Amino acid sequence: MTEKNSTVSNTADSSIEMKETAGLSQGQLVRKRFFRHRAANISLAYLFLIVLFVFSAGGIHLGSKDAPFTIPGWWHLTINDMSQVSITHSPSGQLLIGAPTLDLNPFDGNGISVGAHPFGQDTIGHDYFSLVIRGAQQSIMVMLVVGLIGGLMGTIIGAVSGYFRGLTDSVLMRFTDLIITIPTVIIGSVIGSRLGNLGVFPLALFLGLFAWTGLARLVRGEFLTLREREFVDAARVAGASAGRIIFKHILPNAMGVIIVSVTLLLSGAILLETALSYVGFGVQSPDVSLGTLISQYQDSFQASPWLFWWPGFFIISIALSVNFVGDGLRDAFDPRQKRKLSRKDLAQAKQVEKN
Amino acid sequence: MLAFIGRRIAISFLILFGSSFLVYNMEAIAGDPLASLAESSARNKAYLISRLTAQLQLDVPPPARYFIWLKGVFSIFIGHLDFGKTRAGGSVLELIGAAVPVTLRLVTAATVLAIVLGISIGVLSAIRQYSRLDYSMTFVSFLFFSLPVFWIAVLLKQYFAIGFNDFLASGQVTMPFMIGIPLALGLIIAGFIGGERRRFWISYGLAAVGLFALLILLNLINWFQSPGLGIVLVFLFSAGAGIVIAGLNMGFEHKTARKAALTVAAIGAVLYYPFNLIPGEWLNLGLVALLGVISIVVGVFAAGAWAKEDRSALRRIGGLTAFFTGLILILDKLMQVWNPYVNSDAISGRPVPTISAANDLLSTNNYWWQLLDVLLHLLLPTLGIMLISFAGYVRYARSSLLEVMNMDYIRTARAKGLTERTVVVRHALRNAMIPLTTLIAFDLSGLIGGAFITEAIYGWKGMGTIFLQSVSNQDLNLLMGVFFLTSFLAVMGNLLADLAYSALDPRIRIGK
Repeated sequence: MTEKNSTVSNTADSSIEMKETAGLSQGQLVRKRFFRHRAANISLAYLFLIVLFVFSAGGIHLGSKDAPFTIPGWWHLTINDMSQVSITHSPSGQLLIGAPTLDLNPFDGNGISVGAHPFGQDTIGHDYFSLVIRGAQQSIMVMLVVGLIGGLMGTIIGAVSGYFRGLTDSVLMRFTDLIITIPTVIIGSVIGSRLGNLGVFPLALFLGLFAWTGLARLVRGEFLTLREREFVDAARVAGASAGRIIFKHILPNAMGVIIVSVTLLLSGAILLETALSYVGFGVQSPDVSLGTLISQYQDSFQASPWLFWWPGFFIISIALSVNFVGDGLRDAFDPRQKRKLSRKDLAQAKQVEKN
Repeated sequence: MLAFIGRRIAISFLILFGSSFLVYNMEAIAGDPLASLAESSARNKAYLISRLTAQLQLDVPPPARYFIWLKGVFSIFIGHLDFGKTRAGGSVLELIGAAVPVTLRLVTAATVLAIVLGISIGVLSAIRQYSRLDYSMTFVSFLFFSLPVFWIAVLLKQYFAIGFNDFLASGQVTMPFMIGIPLALGLIIAGFIGGERRRFWISYGLAAVGLFALLILLNLINWFQSPGLGIVLVFLFSAGAGIVIAGLNMGFEHKTARKAALTVAAIGAVLYYPFNLIPGEWLNLGLVALLGVISIVVGVFAAGAWAKEDRSALRRIGGLTAFFTGLILILDKLMQVWNPYVNSDAISGRPVPTISAANDLLSTNNYWWQLLDVLLHLLLPTLGIMLISFAGYVRYARSSLLEVMNMDYIRTARAKGLTERTVVVRHALRNAMIPLTTLIAFDLSGLIGGAFITEAIYGWKGMGTIFLQSVSNQDLNLLMGVFFLTSFLAVMGNLLADLAYSALDPRIRIGK
């Protein structure tokens, strides 16, 4: 039964696949396959919305302490605003200190409302919504910077050593091995504990400087295979320079590997930053990150669980959607990937076989 | 081959030298160990500073100081390894020596479980690609992949420890759980059984109703307060395990295999009473391990006695069945001591702890009590580590097996008329495991330093804890000790992974 099905689907597969791919460029094919991956699409949209929400609500804060450059967001409170802690009672009579005012239940008579402190207040009266938003901004920043720097360095080092081989390759790969032997947590803690107080940007910068190793190895492997292909020979015979061959001819073909592993780098970076901040080696005290928020309020889980749930929700949402987007991209870039055939396709294929 | 290994080891040492030099200087320049003293208001501040400077040789510039440290490491060749002294004056080597066993105890079980569970679920997920099971496992593994370990630890503490302890106070499953647990577990069971939509819902209904009845029964006999299996259930469980093992190894239709497995399970049941008569005070880890080895040997020979052909396969089945039978016997024994353990003064009815590696109040020389205590302390951290590293194995095993299943030799195997089980277990799985060995070797080498957050949360005094301590105290020698050990293991793990790869995959020739 299964075997018969699989032969049918094999022939069906190839005919359907042929028809679908006729006359499309590589980029179009990838885009088409990516947009067929439902989970990845939803995740991409969701990620986009979270980033938009976080940065529009909290505003953008750049520049140094003395010369700040700020675009205010639509949320009126900041992480430094303090107000009286609200004291309410839950329906069961439990005392709630700084309870969230967010009300998403439309049927309780009050409708959906945001209230003064949608995510509640922390124990001394800060608005928790602005704290979480600020923390999420920091985590996203770290994620992007680490991804950018790690991605660039990994690609360039891997490409150069894979293309030139020989001595260059040996030196660069031994250097990569050297960085790989230093466990990420050690490097992160050493950097974080010494540079964390400089702000989130230098921290991310230095984490990125050590995050490229896995990518460099993958890119090198890819380049070693691709440089033996005919189109590279053709380019070389036509007189193209090494730089041109690397960037114009080989790199576009290795893009799949790079993009996929950069997304893994991104989700790894956000978890690394929160973990470092959690143990106190990441973002330092006046500033907040999602990790510091959880570490600060983990003991108040019994009394005020929202102080624990909201930062966790943002970490998981971001990491999860990045991972799903990465999965979708991997499928999209993999030419051998066969999609699941719908019932209609199978029926059609059977029809074709009969005739 | 030897030349290759020799060269690799030489390069590895060069790399270790480079990375330790880098870390030493980075840390020495970035962190000033005198900073905390300089801010203090002690009257003998100058004296304290000069003493620490002399003790840690801080007057030597970092690059030169590195070589003093390196000299200590190299003195391993004259018989005594020296990682220098901590700020407090203790020996780094002693501290690390005390921390390594703690960490190993913490991570071993979690890693083994994560590997076994992760690979089996990944394989199942790949065999049923695009099924309900596959989609939900993909989602679950991504979810676990994205969970911060400290976040899940807080949840585990709240619901698994505090909630479970509260539940044990009464020992009765309450109505919401009585309905909720069968509904949720049934979904998982039905998902694993799989099949068309109709079959799925039928197995779901059966599983849920069965579980509901089971919970009522367990409530009635007050099982959760004094659990136990008894000889009948011990035999049934080990027979079930044996049949599954025999089925996976030689096929479910193979009569001799089934007989062999059942024989071993029966021997286990016969030994039930003698085993229970052994007083717990006589036992220790070594003796229990010895008993385990003996029972596996007995299993191997008992199963081998059935053999007319395929002796080695039958022996494998016998050994594995004996192993699981032994585990079930131990589980039963632990259940028997559960009630007295929980109600003892040291525990006082709250058995699942949220902190530390063992209960100091518990003074007993009964091995089963000690084992139960250790296992309960391991429960939360193991769950946390397992859930997160399990996700990676599911993904890798799945994609690796899918890749192999597309190969031509799999089509050939099917075309020869082999059963699907033989194709998957013999032809596909073995080849799919090759890339995974690399991952496992690499992961195992990273274990020692990898659990630092878990250790911090649950208050285990392992490598992670002393590492965090060394960073926040600017204790350079201690930090270098931890770093050197972890990176040494990483380098060795890398080498082992390469060797294992070439041993398993004849297409890979190393040393060229």
